[in-house]
Amino acid sequence: MQKALVILIALLGAALAQGQVTITYWQYDFKSKVEAVNELIKKFEAANPGIRVLHQTFPYDAYQQKVASSIPAGQGPDVVNLFYGWLPTWVKAGYLQPLPAEYVRMVDNEFLGMAQAAKVEGRLYGIPTAVRSLALFYNRDLLNAAGFNTPPKTWDEFLNIASKLTVRQGNRFTQLGYAMAPDGQDHHLVREVLIRQFGGRPYSDDGRRVLYGDAAGLKAFTFYTDWFKKHNVGTLGNQFFPGNNAYRDAFIAGRVGMIIDGSFAIGTIRSGAKFNWGVAELPVEKVGGRKVNYGSFWMHGLTPLATGPKQAASLKFLEFLVSEETQRYWLEKVGELPARKSLIKDPKLTLDKVFGPFVLSLAYAKATPFVDEIGQRKVMTDAINRVLLENKDPAESWRMAVAEEQKLLDAFWK
Amino acid sequence: MRPSEPARRGVSLAAREALWALAFLAIPLAFFLFIRIWPAFQALWLSLFDWHADPSQRPFVGLEHYHQMLEDRLLLKALQNTLAYTLLGVPTQILLGLGIALLLNAVTRFRDVFRAIYFAPYVTPAAAVAWVFSWMLSPNFGIVNEILGVFGIPPQPFLTSPSQALVTVTMVVVWQNLGFQVVLFLAGLQNIPRDYYEAARIDGASNWQLFRHITLPLLNPVMVFSAVIGTIGFLQLFTQVVNLNFTDQGGPLGSTLTLALYIYQQAFARFDLGYAAAITVLLFVIILAITLVQLRLLSRRVEY
Repeated sequence: MQKALVILIALLGAALAQGQVTITYWQYDFKSKVEAVNELIKKFEAANPGIRVLHQTFPYDAYQQKVASSIPAGQGPDVVNLFYGWLPTWVKAGYLQPLPAEYVRMVDNEFLGMAQAAKVEGRLYGIPTAVRSLALFYNRDLLNAAGFNTPPKTWDEFLNIASKLTVRQGNRFTQLGYAMAPDGQDHHLVREVLIRQFGGRPYSDDGRRVLYGDAAGLKAFTFYTDWFKKHNVGTLGNQFFPGNNAYRDAFIAGRVGMIIDGSFAIGTIRSGAKFNWGVAELPVEKVGGRKVNYGSFWMHGLTPLATGPKQAASLKFLEFLVSEETQRYWLEKVGELPARKSLIKDPKLTLDKVFGPFVLSLAYAKATPFVDEIGQRKVMTDAINRVLLENKDPAESWRMAVAEEQKLLDAFWK
Repeated sequence: MRPSEPARRGVSLAAREALWALAFLAIPLAFFLFIRIWPAFQALWLSLFDWHADPSQRPFVGLEHYHQMLEDRLLLKALQNTLAYTLLGVPTQILLGLGIALLLNAVTRFRDVFRAIYFAPYVTPAAAVAWVFSWMLSPNFGIVNEILGVFGIPPQPFLTSPSQALVTVTMVVVWQNLGFQVVLFLAGLQNIPRDYYEAARIDGASNWQLFRHITLPLLNPVMVFSAVIGTIGFLQLFTQVVNLNFTDQGGPLGSTLTLALYIYQQAFARFDLGYAAAITVLLFVIILAITLVQLRLLSRRVEY
């Protein structure tokens, strides 16, 4: 017995002397991301022989649930991947630890402006490898057939093209100029893009007050709902086509002229669309008008489980995951845009026909400071749906949205 | 073992059998206590705290979450919807289940084949069912609207309409549950002794009288079971609602939101497990109350 104990202690000592640390990394299941991280871990372990990284993934639907229940039980990840919009709720519930000052300097100096959304009350809780923005996808064959050789640059051109491409047969649509998707990306479009283009601001600088209740905000909102009510751009994607991402699926099926979607949709559209398609920067209100975009990202954060030697190892792994080298690899392998300023200036990217418009948008993209992503998404989606589905007066629906969202912000910051 | 030895003193054979039975029962009982009952009490406890990943940092808030529930309009909506699902779904699936079971009971050939066909949806994953239905019910391209069109009915928005979505989801769930109801009622029907029908027929009873005075009363236990299980199922409705409108779960405009989905969103999208636990307690109380009322009102012992 004593002998066994001595051997055990000796072994433990040897392990400690070697500095062998195992850390756990979690992300949700997405084939190309899982493969990329597996490759990256191999590289990382080769360069850091004292650290082992355990990579675990879960289906997207169950991901937050797993995190919520595992970390309190002390069983979860040391480094965790999360959507930036979840950050405030995670921080409030104690699921992340703030990162040291040198990482704050790195993000401030070397990362795109939108990465600031990884801060809560001035403290940094995560860093992205890649970022996303919105752009206009268009079916070049349909546009050409209708006599349009270039994608729209202003919303007027956009509405003109959309109405020409919309085809009805009796009381049904057979083709849409634009597939509206309030619960797709259009709620971002209204909140971050249209409101600013029409001269308003969605939120106060500290993110605690809703400001879009003013005339500019209402004008932007009404402009959007009028696409449906007045301009004959088509209808809601999910009224037109079945499935969970109806607007995108309908576009891929070649039955929609234009959609607004994120750079994360490039892969799906590239592999599915059997026609000539293109990507353009989002239209502006008038020639020379303000360019605005919505940016978002997934990031890596440290959980409270990463303590002592695990904390040091986790920081090292985090640093590796957001390095220039990894971001370049990530772009090649996963097709997501790099989060570092130095990389998006690369002409190979900015001139790329598909990536280009997204990359150009990154410079002026803003990430909404969500505190209750699911609730705030519902506020905006409902504001639109009340007008589109229930014929409510836009001004009244907008007033309701302002009140509802302010209530959510107050509940979080109380 | 000496066969001549008398039964051991103190413990009779019957007592020993009972002990063995209890020993075997103890395992499922322990499972039930620790996996079902204990977490239910934990939820009650959790609902008195604000959630934090570190248990030592969960501030005690007393009944604050229960106060919060009183002013939560979305919760009220979820509650109303959940009751509407139940009131609409449970009677519909009992009536359809009983109707189809009666027809199948009259059929002797291929009965098992029919039964298998009706049962198939019940064992199909809800996500797959939801996906197929979202195609069939598509306002523009769906087969259901094609069929309605033949009769000159204009295309209906179904799941995409705030006024039709709840009824549509209920119908999908009923369709899925129907197989289970049919099997249940069929078994109930076959348990009714033939003699009763024959005796009544000799006395000159009509088909309706047979149904009204023999079938229906003797099916009562099955009906009660079906009503109770069906009610609990609808009160906990979740999977179909999530999958039938995946990008606006509980929508459009909150028209399909259920209590279970709202609890899930509070817990795992907002990490507000304290509030979620409080709503869970509410759901528990509702289910318990309704079940007790049902058992009391519906159960009648019938002897012939």
